[in-house]
Amino acid sequence: MDHISLLLVVIPLITAPIVAVLPRGRLPWAVTLVVTTLCALLAGMQLWTVLHEGVISYELGGWAPPWGIEYRIDAVNAFVALIVASIAAITLPYALLSVEQEIPEEKIPLFYSALLLCLTGLLGITQTGDIFNVFVFLEISSLSSYALISLGKERQALTSAFQYLIMGTIGATFYLIGVGLIYSQTGSLNMQDIATILPGVVHLKTVDTGFAFIMIGIAIKLAMFPLHLWLPNAYTYAPSVVTVFLAATATKVALYVMLRILFIVFPHGFALATPVEELFIVAGIASIIIASIYAIYQEDVKRLLAYSSVAQIGYMVLGIGFASATGVTAALVHMFNHALMKGALFMAVGAIIYRIGACRMDQIHGLGRAMPWTFGAIVIAALSLIGVPGTAGFISKWYLVSAALEQSAWISVAVILFGSLLAVVYMGKLIEALYFKPITETGKEVTEAPLLLLAPMWTLVLANIYFGLDTNLTVGVAETAAATLGVMKP
Amino acid sequence: MKPNLILHVVAKFLIPLIIIFALYVQFHGDFGPGGGFQAGVIFSAALILYALVFGLDAAEKIIPSHILRILASLGLVIYAGVGVVTLLLGGNYLDYTVLGSTQIAGQHLGILLVELGVGITVAAVMLIIFFSFAGRGRV
Repeated sequence: MDHISLLLVVIPLITAPIVAVLPRGRLPWAVTLVVTTLCALLAGMQLWTVLHEGVISYELGGWAPPWGIEYRIDAVNAFVALIVASIAAITLPYALLSVEQEIPEEKIPLFYSALLLCLTGLLGITQTGDIFNVFVFLEISSLSSYALISLGKERQALTSAFQYLIMGTIGATFYLIGVGLIYSQTGSLNMQDIATILPGVVHLKTVDTGFAFIMIGIAIKLAMFPLHLWLPNAYTYAPSVVTVFLAATATKVALYVMLRILFIVFPHGFALATPVEELFIVAGIASIIIASIYAIYQEDVKRLLAYSSVAQIGYMVLGIGFASATGVTAALVHMFNHALMKGALFMAVGAIIYRIGACRMDQIHGLGRAMPWTFGAIVIAALSLIGVPGTAGFISKWYLVSAALEQSAWISVAVILFGSLLAVVYMGKLIEALYFKPITETGKEVTEAPLLLLAPMWTLVLANIYFGLDTNLTVGVAETAAATLGVMKP
Repeated sequence: MKPNLILHVVAKFLIPLIIIFALYVQFHGDFGPGGGFQAGVIFSAALILYALVFGLDAAEKIIPSHILRILASLGLVIYAGVGVVTLLLGGNYLDYTVLGSTQIAGQHLGILLVELGVGITVAAVMLIIFFSFAGRGRV
């Protein structure tokens, strides 16, 4: 039981090289499926342990912190690890058919190997309590996701993976420079240890600079407006499964790192004394409005959803910008709910691509009638994205608006509501094309997606409804997590 | 490829030395400067020199690419596997102390095995990178 937090990282890490040398066929997929399911169970157990027995601290190699690397799990990272691991476990059944169609056969074992490495990296970031170790896992997850994105069918996948590589490397380098500057002043890399040393050196300009480097670095990884330019291409040209997995996990993990650095590593009040929060609010507002408007004008459905993701990240950034308990709760709840809705939407689009091989607006006319279950999934996930009561999206919008009202931030309230209206427009455009436009005659009969694609998709859709009605898990855990972060404003 | 006598003789003389030096860096890593990463790169340099002088086909006969792929995975499995063994012996992950009868013996054995894993993976990956660039357009 002591080793849960470690096994969560080690199991996918040790399976990845084994999967890479497995013979072609369905064996690599089966092994990956078992591993991701196991990870999801372990992440659930870990969250339960943290909530009932308190913080888990694990010393790697038996070296005591702050010298050794420490895995330190509290409610915040246990929650994020559960999001990542369960999305991976739900994506895997979906992956079998979609990957067989989109990835060349000889590359399938390597594909699953890279997927497992990406999972290792993302889980590692959530588990570790060492800011340099965060960088290492950030690179593991990023390098494997560049490889995954470049496997897309179209040739643009290569350029978009390269674009992401350049941006991602700049982000990681900035983060590393920041960590170096902090290390030069504190002599420590352990998050808890830095938090106790920093108040003594907080007046130094080096600390300010390090803070700025770390924030910009993570903001690139997070695709925070206006540093989001890599995201639409990467999501559009990646294989369907990769888009589902990355959209639901990668940016969430970056957001978690941001929260951890802002509220735990740096002393209370440090971030408040800098213009970071005003910047976050401005960036959040800008991304909600501008990215949503961009989404309305997209002709490619995946690109439309990608811009919508940038807008949704804006909501989370806005929540952090309020720097209040309600605001951070809203950001964490939206992190979870957005994984559910975007996971479902990208899976539905992946099912359309599975059937017709493309997803431009003019190619999907009337498909909703040929694929009623896929269409139903899109409609419910779209309602959740808009924030209709009874869906998960409503809960996050509710907390976000409450957080804004607490601080009488009327502009933010108006923007959140206006953002929902823009979501109505761009999701409405998709639904109109799918259902109300006459079918374009191609001579091919389109049928419903296979059950193996529908089942994971509908699991997420039903989760959207379930977590819109029962908020014990999401809001309950997010509130505990926000309390753990010790957010400063009342 | 046109055979070049001087290159052949010099390469045949140098390659064993390079390999011995790689092994020295590998196994002396726990006493002095060195370790798996450097050793792996030096080791692969010997084979890359062989490929440059005697041609890619000759080099692929020594190490076929499917073996390289297995070796690249094997190294990582050795590294992570040592950690799993320490877990099974009742220690924390990668806590080498439990591997030996005394703390020093355990730490020594642990770092040796881990560095061996690093060395194998680095050497194999360097060669895979070289072969995939050098072999482009040949198919």
